[in-house]
Amino acid sequence: MLAYIVRRLLYAIPILIGVNLLTFALFFVVNTPDDMARMQLGVKRVTPEAIEKWKAERGYDKPLFVNGAAAGVGAVTETIFFEKSARMFAGDFGRAEDGRDIAREIRTRMVPSLAIALPTFVLGLFVTVSFALLLAFFRATPLDFWGVVLCVAMMSISGLFYIIGGQYLFSKIFRLVPISGFGEGLDALRFLVLPVLIGVVSGIGSSTRWYRTIFLEEINKDYVRTARAKGLSETAVLFGHVLRNALIPILTGVVVVIPLLFMGSLLTESFFGIPGLGSYTIDAINAQDFAVVRAMVFIGSVLYIVGLILTDISYTLVDPRIRFN
Amino acid sequence: MQPVLLWSDLFIWLLVAAGVIGAWWSARQPLLAAAWARVGRSRPGMAAATLLAAFALVGLLDSLHYRPQLPAKDGEKAAYSIEVLSVLDALLTPLRTRVEKTYSAPLATRAYAKEMLEIRQPDGSVVKQRDYPRLRHGGAALGDDEGRAGADIAGRALRALAVAALVWLALCALVARRIAGHGAPAAASIEPAGEPLAFGAAWCRLWRGDTAFAWNAVLATLGIVLAIACVLAGLAGEYHVFGTDKVGQDVLYQVLKSVRTALVIGLVTTLVTLPLAVFLGIVAGYFRGWIDDLIQYLYTTLNSIPGVLLIAAAVLMMQVVIDTHPQWFATAAERADLRLLALCFILGLTSWTGLARLLRGEALKLRELEYVQAAQAFGVSDLRILGRHLLPNLMHIVIIALVMDFSGLVLAEAVLSYVGIGVDPTMISFGTMINNARMELGREPVVWWSLTAAFAFMFVLVLAANLLADAVRDAFDPRMAR
Repeated sequence: MLAYIVRRLLYAIPILIGVNLLTFALFFVVNTPDDMARMQLGVKRVTPEAIEKWKAERGYDKPLFVNGAAAGVGAVTETIFFEKSARMFAGDFGRAEDGRDIAREIRTRMVPSLAIALPTFVLGLFVTVSFALLLAFFRATPLDFWGVVLCVAMMSISGLFYIIGGQYLFSKIFRLVPISGFGEGLDALRFLVLPVLIGVVSGIGSSTRWYRTIFLEEINKDYVRTARAKGLSETAVLFGHVLRNALIPILTGVVVVIPLLFMGSLLTESFFGIPGLGSYTIDAINAQDFAVVRAMVFIGSVLYIVGLILTDISYTLVDPRIRFN
Repeated sequence: MQPVLLWSDLFIWLLVAAGVIGAWWSARQPLLAAAWARVGRSRPGMAAATLLAAFALVGLLDSLHYRPQLPAKDGEKAAYSIEVLSVLDALLTPLRTRVEKTYSAPLATRAYAKEMLEIRQPDGSVVKQRDYPRLRHGGAALGDDEGRAGADIAGRALRALAVAALVWLALCALVARRIAGHGAPAAASIEPAGEPLAFGAAWCRLWRGDTAFAWNAVLATLGIVLAIACVLAGLAGEYHVFGTDKVGQDVLYQVLKSVRTALVIGLVTTLVTLPLAVFLGIVAGYFRGWIDDLIQYLYTTLNSIPGVLLIAAAVLMMQVVIDTHPQWFATAAERADLRLLALCFILGLTSWTGLARLLRGEALKLRELEYVQAAQAFGVSDLRILGRHLLPNLMHIVIIALVMDFSGLVLAEAVLSYVGIGVDPTMISFGTMINNARMELGREPVVWWSLTAAFAFMFVLVLAANLLADAVRDAFDPRMAR
């Protein structure tokens, strides 16, 4: 087991390097730092001196890969690649346009993001699995048919509609919860209810349909027929046998997104004014703050790779057929 | 006028050509033809296909662009406007040009906000009063007789419905004749005596849905589409059926223009995705070894960057390129168009991984089958095995993925435009409509029509795509084979 995990971890290293090189190419090779400076400074104030100053302030005035002017190790370390890209491996993301330390910003903004994403994830999983189980229990009845119709309709609605419609209905018409914002401690609860609710509802359509097909596939297997043949009730078959086995693909399917919960949701956070990582990313995109976007790309891929490794491990833990191979 | 071929037009028409060739090719493949016939039997699928065809018609009309000629002065060379119009724009000229001052509710004759008005009294004096001003164009034909608006709208709608009903009945009769002829050339224009009974029987069968092709679903959908289209067309000449937006532009016009943007995003992206996914997926699965490792590494790396962020990074970079090279674009439409196309490419480059992984898995299974080994033993070249033996047996996965991706891409466009990394802000799309209108719900009274129209049209488009995708998957997935 340990050897397996170590092998998976080692496999992650080339992928991380690949991500790093790709983002570096996107941000520095496609466009030179001069272009970025021009963009940031605006058309009016662009003078060669201003561009040089902008670059020097942010450390973009060095060569890309090899610094011929510096001696010894400096030839490699005093370059844009080393300072901006390679240092990300050590958790050093540099500073944002407004001069704040990105790593610190990320640490403080992680909490609100998790406060929304975690309940949404857990509740959403519970609701969709129960709904799918209900549909599977009443399979080939009108309830199943209309349930699937509802799912298809719900997955055809834009996520923006759920947010805008929900805010309008619950905050403006019924005045139950504040439209947006975030508070400390228990006070945060009333800000969290609506985003979590909307997050759960908007995910119902596609997930339920997917889980329902997993359940139906499982129901048609031989061991289920055996269970019925030995006289078990339909409820016992469904909860005792089908649910347990169908949970394997469901759980391993969702494990990969668990680390990504840290990143928060772009849409929800920016609509509800929650100071999390999602709204941080959106603000950075709108302000064209390349340093922040680069940092978020890197963190996102690290978390995804962690998710992949967790998936593999959970497979071996949950499914004995894989463990003993 | 001077025809203009935008890049996205080129791709759209290429796709149409590819679709026609694909249809011709799959009609000659017995297996694919049988699968498509199964799709044709599915009622929800065919109803959805009819709806999509209506959307496609709007989109295609909007993909024929030209620059209108400016009024020429004598002896000078003809000059062309820098504004690029499409055939749809020309058809919708009244909608496009009749601009109000600002918001107005659907079918309204008066503006949304009060203004200081000078009202001429019968005795000739002028009184200043705050009131809702009359719209410049909405209900202008009514003159002072505003109270008649309701009756006028109802009359126009009824007349339009009557026209729609006539057209629809004619179409139904045409289809019934087709069924009565059953294989006989539809061009046979003279009905032989004694046939009316067969025609009546055909009508019954059509009504009961007892036909190999789900004609009744198609006709029912067509009836609804015709009714809506005719009513809209009947009213749009005189009123703003869906109201007007902040700058007074007709919302119906914007919604119709958005259709093309959505179709381009949904279709052109697959044009980028398909070759990459199909080639890399099959090659990885077939050759295995270091090629497989390399391709797997490539897509795991691409996949590990969260989609939105990768798109954001790429779009930001593309924006810098576009902004620093203004000399590349002759008109604003060309710049917006190229940005749309670049967005499609970026979406395509980031979304081929899922399909490639699926195809790799299938190719791994197929390469162990006897017929592939037989081909290898006969010394058939690898390239030929890939093209002749593997690809046709993976076609169902490709077709299913193609139809499934469409709806996701249309939805993604709206989100990306909201985040600020979508289409050019000057280009009309569902995303830019929603983005511009989302703060309007905070107004008092509420301005709901822009948002509602955009969401409703997007919902219908995506729902139709999802239903068709389901029908296609049921028909093509061998596991579903009955």
